[in-house]
Amino acid sequence: MPKVNIRRLTPVARLCVGFVLALVAVGAGADELNMTRGVTEISRSIFDLHMYIFWICVVIGIIVFGAMFWSLIHHRKSAGVTPAKFHESTKLEIAWTLVPTLILIAIAWPATQVLVAMYDTGGEDMTVEVRGYQWKWQYKYLDEDYNSTFYFFSNLATPQEEIRGQAEKGEFYLLDVDEPLRIPTNRKVRFLITAEDVIHAWWVPEFGIKRDAVPGILNDLWTIVPEPGIYRGQCTELCGKDHGFMPIVVHAMPEDEYDAWYAERLAAEEERKRALSKTFTEEELMAEGEAVYATYCASCHMPNGMGVPPVFPALDGSPIATGPREAHLDVIVNGVYGTAMQAFGEQLDAAQIAAVTHYERHAWGNDADDVTQPKDVIEFMSSQQ
Amino acid sequence: MSEVVEAGHATHDDHHDHGPDKGLARWLFTTNHKDIGTLYLWFSFTMFLIGGVLALVIRAELFQPGLQFVNPEFFNQMTTNHGLIMVFGAIMPAFVGLANWLVPMMVGAPDMALPRMNNLSFWILPFAFAMLISTLFMEAGGPNFGWTFYAPLSTTYAPETVTYFIFGVHLMGASSIMGSINIIATILNMRAPGMTLMKMPLFVWTWLITAYLLLAVMPVLAGAVTMMLFDIHFGTSFFNAAGGGDPVMFQHIFWFFGHPEVYIMILPAFGVVSQIIPTFSRKPLFGYDSMVYATASIAFLSFIVWAHHMFTVGMPLAGQLFFMYATMLIAVPTGVKVFNWVSTMWQGAMTFETPMLFAIAFVILFTIGGFSGLMLAITPADYQYHDTYFVVAHFHYVLVPGALFSIIAAVYYWLPKWCGRMYDESLGKLHFWLSFIGVNVTFFPQHFSGLAGMPRRIPDYALQFADFNMLSSIGAFIFGFSQVFFLYVVIKAIRSGKPATDRVWEGAHGLEWTLPSPAPYHSFTHPPKITDAEAHS
Repeated sequence: MPKVNIRRLTPVARLCVGFVLALVAVGAGADELNMTRGVTEISRSIFDLHMYIFWICVVIGIIVFGAMFWSLIHHRKSAGVTPAKFHESTKLEIAWTLVPTLILIAIAWPATQVLVAMYDTGGEDMTVEVRGYQWKWQYKYLDEDYNSTFYFFSNLATPQEEIRGQAEKGEFYLLDVDEPLRIPTNRKVRFLITAEDVIHAWWVPEFGIKRDAVPGILNDLWTIVPEPGIYRGQCTELCGKDHGFMPIVVHAMPEDEYDAWYAERLAAEEERKRALSKTFTEEELMAEGEAVYATYCASCHMPNGMGVPPVFPALDGSPIATGPREAHLDVIVNGVYGTAMQAFGEQLDAAQIAAVTHYERHAWGNDADDVTQPKDVIEFMSSQQ
Repeated sequence: MSEVVEAGHATHDDHHDHGPDKGLARWLFTTNHKDIGTLYLWFSFTMFLIGGVLALVIRAELFQPGLQFVNPEFFNQMTTNHGLIMVFGAIMPAFVGLANWLVPMMVGAPDMALPRMNNLSFWILPFAFAMLISTLFMEAGGPNFGWTFYAPLSTTYAPETVTYFIFGVHLMGASSIMGSINIIATILNMRAPGMTLMKMPLFVWTWLITAYLLLAVMPVLAGAVTMMLFDIHFGTSFFNAAGGGDPVMFQHIFWFFGHPEVYIMILPAFGVVSQIIPTFSRKPLFGYDSMVYATASIAFLSFIVWAHHMFTVGMPLAGQLFFMYATMLIAVPTGVKVFNWVSTMWQGAMTFETPMLFAIAFVILFTIGGFSGLMLAITPADYQYHDTYFVVAHFHYVLVPGALFSIIAAVYYWLPKWCGRMYDESLGKLHFWLSFIGVNVTFFPQHFSGLAGMPRRIPDYALQFADFNMLSSIGAFIFGFSQVFFLYVVIKAIRSGKPATDRVWEGAHGLEWTLPSPAPYHSFTHPPKITDAEAHS
């Protein structure tokens, strides 16, 4: 009889050994099993805190489960024991109320110090506004007076074919963007975090920073990155359909490289503004339009323009994309209230809107007899005001 | 005194209404606590299987990176409805069902205090869930904004069917409020003479405290969904920043409900485990008084820790510190409970029947969930854990091998009393081991994928998370199918189990074991005499 019970306990004991081994593996710092140590002072102090609490939990676990398993093995009826009668012990109960309280104080103290350090905002060298959109990030570089110098969107760069299993997945599957946020190393960068539509959350694990992007509210965060590199994160607040498809990529560049890039980007911004008055050929419009469509439209309306009816209508042969251009521009610029169709008037510039409108009117089976130029879009938008 | 009771008994016998009605009418119009308890339990099990199927859709999609089976919008409906169904449809009704069956028997009452309301509080539920689940078949799709339904994703950006969801939640809330009023009224008014509060079985105590939590927070939830309803249909801007509202306010209101809600799902579990461990240890519960005080402390603390779910929304430093310290405090009364259970086993004479196995697994795995809870309480560390699979692992550890294992343990423990027949012990043990392995294979790897940085609620993931997800999916299917096996074990027991004795378990204490097995339709038509031996174990 006792044999049977021991056998029944063995799997439990084995599992527990497995657990402990797994825990030890974490403790030993097997990277893929544990939180990242990251590269910033903050992320490293978080990691140390995490390991400190973890080992406290392991020690408590060994004591409590150890006592329990001792009891499970030795205090079995089949071992022929007579049950004891005790059912309280004031001294013991006071002890196991006080000791955990002291342990908690020992945890709270360093945790408070780290938290206070994280709240040390101010004294920043530069500010970037991070704005969450369904389903991409906009990065806006602000000058000293918090005016926008330039901004861009950072979209998922993983092709739909990789997601749908029609192509082999790349190394940074779902963690790659068309244009990363660039920041300099060794400067204090302040992020103002907000959102356009629903709540998102901006997280870069290696910096140890995560903050919700809430529409109507500006949250702030800061970081100083000591090592150049490419750091990846993801949106961490459910924000709708493509919540899993809006990664964050930050390229931390040596200061001089960053300064050169920044100057180049400012010049490009001037160039972009000039393009708005240009007239493009139909081929140029189709090429640019296809690129814009792939980035902004294809996840809902599908690359082949067939959509996912009834939620996301087809554009191929749709009355909007083949009918009067005014109505088509209205949908793209202003969105459709109460549906997933966003207003792209603020997100794309006139040249991009012109190109994508032209593309949608001429791609697949669509064949409208018009050509949409940036000036048409500017005209449409000013006629609205 | 005895003459009065005898006389009362004689007139009562004249009514000839001791047995149940026949057919469907029995279940539709029943006011009997056992019938209603049975309805609750079967309803809960049905919801558990539906919620489980949704979970398996999720795990099938996450078996490998890439999108294989479902689209992201449908995936979001799966996670949302899995959460809503499991919380409101499976765990909560199961505990109400246990309360219905057991509270009158444990306090020496004939039935619940408010039997007609009892009928209503159950029969609301099938309609509430029919409304909720029907949205999955509608053109616009079901709720897809997470079980926490944060505005404005659940208001301005919600599918049209959100209104069904809102009314469904209203109905579930009404049902819970009625259920808890009934439980409070029964416990406070219907105890047999001599059954003082501090002699009540711990299951009754935990339910009394849980019922007050429900009364306090279900109206808050109703308020939150009503504000959503107004934002969606009547042009208000409670949660719309553009109209002067505040999306973060939604989260404060939601979690003021939500945190007590998670204790609503665990306090009765503490009660169940505190009944089972003494029975199979053949030793009285260690520290009964401190168990009661610890339960009350946890309930009190549950009202002042809600914002630990929101450490990343951008609260001021003082707020973060307050909620961190208050949350850490919960570890103290919870620790007291775990120490008491271990001390109950200490120097007992234990046997390991199925209910005891589930109860022991509860203590171990719930404690692991408690450890990750303590880690999550530490605000700076929470910035790295928040909204990752580490959180998913944490709350599944406290809800599946926590709340759910206690419910399964309760079914094995009291089933012989309910139906008069024993379940098959070997099958029960097989069910236990399958569940125990399944649950750990499913949820333990999620700690690692979370620490490695995998966010929650995503239908597809980066390649470094692939191994853990595959393991997790395998575990989920083992766990899922072993619960179908549970159904078989229970039905086999009801149909052809060996007859059970009245006491059922050698070490069982408490009034319910003084009744015949199966328990008579009306529990105690005479108030029983409370002896120390029959008081709490």
